[in-house]
Amino acid sequence: MKSIAFGQYYPANSPIHRMDPRAKVILTVLYIVCTFLCRNVLCFAAILLSAVLLCLVSRIPLRMILRSIRPLIMILAFTSLINVFMTKGEHLLTPTWQIPLWGSRVWRIKIYEEGLWNALFMILRIIILLIGTSVLLSYTTTPIALTDALERLFSPLKKIKVPVHDIAMMTTIALRFIPTLMDETQRIMNAQKARGADFSSGGLIRRAKALLPVLVPLLVSAFNRAYELAAAMECRCYHGGEGRTRLKILRLRFSDVFAVMLLVAFGVGIFFLNRQGIGYTMK
Amino acid sequence: MDKIVLEHVDFVYGTGTPFEHKALSDVSVRIAADRITGVIGHTGSGKSTMMALLNGLEKPTAGKVLLDGYDVNATAKELYADWLKRPEYQNMRKSTAKKAIRAEVEKRRRNLCFRVGLVMQYPEYQLFEETVFKDISYGPKNMGLSEEEIRIRVPEALRFCGLDESLLEKSPFDLSGGQKRRVAIAGVIAMRPEVLVLDEPAAGLDPLGREQIFEKIRQYQRSTHSTVIIVSHSMEDMAEYCDDMVVLAHSGIVAQGSCEEVFSQVSMLDGVGLDIPQITQLMRILRARGIDVPENVYTVEQAAEALKRHFQSLKGTDT
Repeated sequence: MKSIAFGQYYPANSPIHRMDPRAKVILTVLYIVCTFLCRNVLCFAAILLSAVLLCLVSRIPLRMILRSIRPLIMILAFTSLINVFMTKGEHLLTPTWQIPLWGSRVWRIKIYEEGLWNALFMILRIIILLIGTSVLLSYTTTPIALTDALERLFSPLKKIKVPVHDIAMMTTIALRFIPTLMDETQRIMNAQKARGADFSSGGLIRRAKALLPVLVPLLVSAFNRAYELAAAMECRCYHGGEGRTRLKILRLRFSDVFAVMLLVAFGVGIFFLNRQGIGYTMK
Repeated sequence: MDKIVLEHVDFVYGTGTPFEHKALSDVSVRIAADRITGVIGHTGSGKSTMMALLNGLEKPTAGKVLLDGYDVNATAKELYADWLKRPEYQNMRKSTAKKAIRAEVEKRRRNLCFRVGLVMQYPEYQLFEETVFKDISYGPKNMGLSEEEIRIRVPEALRFCGLDESLLEKSPFDLSGGQKRRVAIAGVIAMRPEVLVLDEPAAGLDPLGREQIFEKIRQYQRSTHSTVIIVSHSMEDMAEYCDDMVVLAHSGIVAQGSCEEVFSQVSMLDGVGLDIPQITQLMRILRARGIDVPENVYTVEQAAEALKRHFQSLKGTDT
């Protein structure tokens, strides 16, 4: 289980790694907006270039980035097929393709040029979204730093009695214990395998049943851990967020603000590029 | 006779990730049959990884793990050339023989965890059934044994671990820590493995619990003549209960042999941060002060015996 790094965080020393996590959250949101603003070839070229630049700056190996795209291949294929076949436009590419069905019925396949463009743009959009969020956030920010940033960003909500600190603390604890529980799962699975458990053969029901000897001890130990953690927190006089100081104080630097401003400018640029009537424009 | 042989075994965790870590490097070990072998080393020296290799839970990155001379990770393809020459396959058509070999290899792979019973660290966390009886019978059931056979084996395994049969219908979660651990060990013993591997069987137990567990393991070994491997970092326990020892440090083997052979290499043990048993140290100090006691004393009983002899010899010179 050690081979699976949880939360995908990839330790490296890059400007993006060092950035204030709050700035990264804002940048990610802006980047997503930019991706959805893109409508024509020029915009997609610009944002693709920015995604490549981001990858280079972050010093995340290409292998890791491709790995995050791999599980989406089915979705990509599906969306592009739907776009190719379902988009109606003006430039028909396949006037004569007909597939005979039953009786005298035929199925006319109509592929329009617009459909091909739409498919391409959708694929690009999904891939760029993925690269943007993973490079800007998940690969370069530890889960703990991320919840910390979210707590600070949402802290104005405290005014309307939203328990921001408690939610952040719960998220942090949950994230903190995922690797621990994964280790534990692996350990218990190994222990049961050593007693001849077989998790990989048989039908669905048999496999679900085979997991019972793992789930019961896992739940028992998860509850025990929860009690222990609660006791340990009480022993250290934890009483919620009121008046709590921090070990790591987040400080916005000029470079963080500059990065956000740069991306806003980029978004404005995309907005104007959309208005140039170059090539096909997505609806 | 060597029951288990490790040949130049390497093991790497997380190959190709930033968390890559070499847990074992060029490890070659021979473990003798019908003896208790202690595997000793500091945390992170690769002890537990080595144990996971023995019953096929992990596969070595390089090197071989041999059980009775059979490479437990061999694939049928690697064996074709050799096995097709064997008399039992020679008379078959080649395709039938290959099929038979594949089936045999698969059977051996499946049976490996029953032949080499592994008790992991803190095994009490693996208990899951409603009753002790059901929990212990989980392994035998997976082996496909009959109900009658299980009814014989479960109480027998419980006895080996020194627990009372009245516990059989209790929930394992109601037992004390030491009892839970013994039930978990019984769950492995009930499979009657040829090799019993125990990873830190006494960790976290009080001194009395430790002694009882080790005593039971020794009784089990002496009465079944199986091969037992105990992993520990306590020199005292190892000296007391093991016949042979393997010392691991920094992912490699630093020494192996009988307890006497290993403990006689004091300087080496110092080098890897492991101590010889305190009683051995005491005897060495006594010797250095000119008191005539033997050097190769590893347990308190042996020391008492040696001191008694020494005093008797003193009396002898007095009169």
